[in-house]
Amino acid sequence: MLKTMLKATVFATTMALAAGTLYTPAFADVVYNRGTAAESESVDPHKTSTVYEANILRDLFQGLVMQDQKANLIPGAAESWTVSDDGTVYTFKLRKDGLWSDGSPVTAEDFVYAFRRLEDPATGAEYASMLYPIKNAEEVNTKKGKPEDMGVKAIDANTLEVTLKAPTPYFLEMLTHQATYPVSKASIEKLGADWIKPGNLVSNGAYKLAEWVPNDHMKLVKNPKFWDAASVKIDTVNYIPTEDRSSAMKRFEAGELDSYDDLPTEQLADLKTKFGDQIHVGPYLGTYYYAIKTDKAPWNNPELRNAISMAIDRDFIAEKVWQNSMLPGYSMVPPGIEGYTPAMAKYADMPQIDREDAAKKILEKLGYTPEHPLKMEIRYNTSENHKNTAVAIQEQLKPLGVDVTLLNTDTKTHYSFLEQKGDYDVARAAWIADYKDPETFLGISRKASGNNYSNYNSPQYEAAMDKAAAAGGKPEERMKDLAQAERVLVDDVGQIPLLYYSYHDIVSSKLHGFVDNVMDVHPSRFISKD
Amino acid sequence: MLRYVFRRLLTAIPTLLVIVTMAFFLMRVAPGGPFNQERGLSPEIKANLEAQFGLNDPLWLQYAHYLGNLLRGNFGPSYNMPDFTVTELFAKGLPISIQLGASALILALLLGSLLGTIAALNQNRLGDYTVIALATAGSTIPTFVIAPVIQLVFGLTWKLIPIGGWGDGAFINKVGPVLTLALPQIAIVARLMRGSMIESLRSHHIRTARALGLSDWSVVVKHALRGAVLPIVSFTGPAAAALLTGSVIVETIFSIPGVGRYFVDAALNRDYTLVMGTVVVIAIFTIVFNLIVDVMYAVIDPRVRYD
Repeated sequence: MLKTMLKATVFATTMALAAGTLYTPAFADVVYNRGTAAESESVDPHKTSTVYEANILRDLFQGLVMQDQKANLIPGAAESWTVSDDGTVYTFKLRKDGLWSDGSPVTAEDFVYAFRRLEDPATGAEYASMLYPIKNAEEVNTKKGKPEDMGVKAIDANTLEVTLKAPTPYFLEMLTHQATYPVSKASIEKLGADWIKPGNLVSNGAYKLAEWVPNDHMKLVKNPKFWDAASVKIDTVNYIPTEDRSSAMKRFEAGELDSYDDLPTEQLADLKTKFGDQIHVGPYLGTYYYAIKTDKAPWNNPELRNAISMAIDRDFIAEKVWQNSMLPGYSMVPPGIEGYTPAMAKYADMPQIDREDAAKKILEKLGYTPEHPLKMEIRYNTSENHKNTAVAIQEQLKPLGVDVTLLNTDTKTHYSFLEQKGDYDVARAAWIADYKDPETFLGISRKASGNNYSNYNSPQYEAAMDKAAAAGGKPEERMKDLAQAERVLVDDVGQIPLLYYSYHDIVSSKLHGFVDNVMDVHPSRFISKD
Repeated sequence: MLRYVFRRLLTAIPTLLVIVTMAFFLMRVAPGGPFNQERGLSPEIKANLEAQFGLNDPLWLQYAHYLGNLLRGNFGPSYNMPDFTVTELFAKGLPISIQLGASALILALLLGSLLGTIAALNQNRLGDYTVIALATAGSTIPTFVIAPVIQLVFGLTWKLIPIGGWGDGAFINKVGPVLTLALPQIAIVARLMRGSMIESLRSHHIRTARALGLSDWSVVVKHALRGAVLPIVSFTGPAAAALLTGSVIVETIFSIPGVGRYFVDAALNRDYTLVMGTVVVIAIFTIVFNLIVDVMYAVIDPRVRYD
């Protein structure tokens, strides 16, 4: 009775006060409320860095090439392209019906302008390195060359020629990254810094930017000038950042969100029971690993590194800590890249108990026992799951005579410390693919890479990576060389791969065309809603 | 009184300068910078970014630039949201936080005072115990528990309010966050009011009033309330500053685009200018509301004089 009265009172009060203020969308519009776990930082393709922005920019812009529903490469602003025999010159033919949202044609000159802008040091683009394979691009970005010297040229309004430093078989895949999308030269020259504001932003994708209220929503509306607008089914896409995952689940259940790109993984089992097929979980191109200080005693001993890696029960961590939202990982390159077989750690198929026995023997041989423990500090950035992972490893290594201590810092402190090559033993890190190629994962362990936190330095590894780079035009040979490089890295335990990431989306059964794929890429132009 | 207000506003200037200076240098002492992230940047790219935001200048020059810009009302660009200046972010977020905070504050003052007075008038009886129990629960149950319960009950089960979102400022979107913000404040005000009202009712002038045969209503409202309300006024100053500048927990759970979330996010992201902006805004609110409280004291209690 009390409940009914309370309900009636609250309902009557709120309805009375809210009368006239409720927002009612036009009935004709198909609106897709797309939940995201984080707010975007920017909609300028040259100033973005996160996957949250990548999703939005994929709707707003079209690069030379794009990805379809399965993350396969498809033509974008370019309808076709040819590659010179030596693999260094790409000639793109742009669509003649490719238009900016203001109705002006997308020209080769726009791409020339965009590529130069990305490399211009004054732009301050975090992803300028995405076009470093282009001749003189890196020189421009590092102030050693002039923009005119970059290997990018407009042959005519519809023909773009790009000259690379060396054959780069993953170059087309790189062009799917948002940093390489075009920007309207005319618009930027006319509006300056304001070109990015809603209403001003001229884009060439399936949607255009209508509104942006930070931390509330970003509204994208269908771009009638898009060359394939006839096949675009969703009229309005609202990107809705909902940082609190539990709230996001309630919003989904209440119908306020049609999809959400993250899940509270600790509730995954319950969510699967509750939402059934609407929960999408599967392999995603990302590796969760521990960097290990390979140039500092005692960690400079590969045998010791191997023992530690072997003793970690990845199945337990994936299942219990991450509730199967991650998969056990034994290679730096996760599975899922066509034509590539990752090089797994040799103990991957051994039962865990045998691994622990083998690890114990190695540690004893090296003089580490519970009486004379090996001291090891794990650094990790703030996150409940990172902490739980480190605690699990601490417990797993204790019986082997390894005295693990934990050190937690916030993300900025953590990565600043690693970047400065600070003194540590083991540190949590991760790598998510920018493009679908093993090179993106293997490049971080190269001697010169700024992301080589382990300071791993192996001449054999460098040689194999160089060989793969030289095999540019022969994909099969190149993949074999990369696998050989990974074999060296994994056997050396240059890093300790622990888990492969998985995508975990919740998608309303009203949505169609949201196809699972290893890049977790879901362009709104291919999605429809009942 | 006007001279007093003017003097207080003048002394606020050096206070603000000290706060800004401390915040500026403390932020720079914290390890890591705005461009440290999971995916490390090459030194050249990082240098380009730092140059773009003037972070490669000597620290004293950066400080001088910041102060110069601040004097012109320019809070600078946000490092982590480069499409917006800090001023633009506040222009969008602050009105939202103020709407929610002001609603919660008014609700807390009205309801809290009423409950506190009821408790005081029923001291050591059922009404008193009920209010004390509710107030204890209200002030001890954390916001991050209250908010999901409100979402679950009012939003998901009864479908009376949205779970989250600002909805262009529709009233119905404000119900959940305002209730969540107000509940702990109602509890605090009720407890404060109960205590001060009991004290006030025991004072000599109230006894005299009763002896003169004034009605209960007249005794409580016209005479006891004026004295009892002073602790509430003291509480209102800092509470208003805190509520009006947003709550990170409430805004995060209800997906409200106020400025509360910037306080924590900006610090974690080392978004120096946004951190400085939030510090300045909080400082100004705190100074202004403390001043208002002091002035209110003089208005309510004729014995208080500042001249």
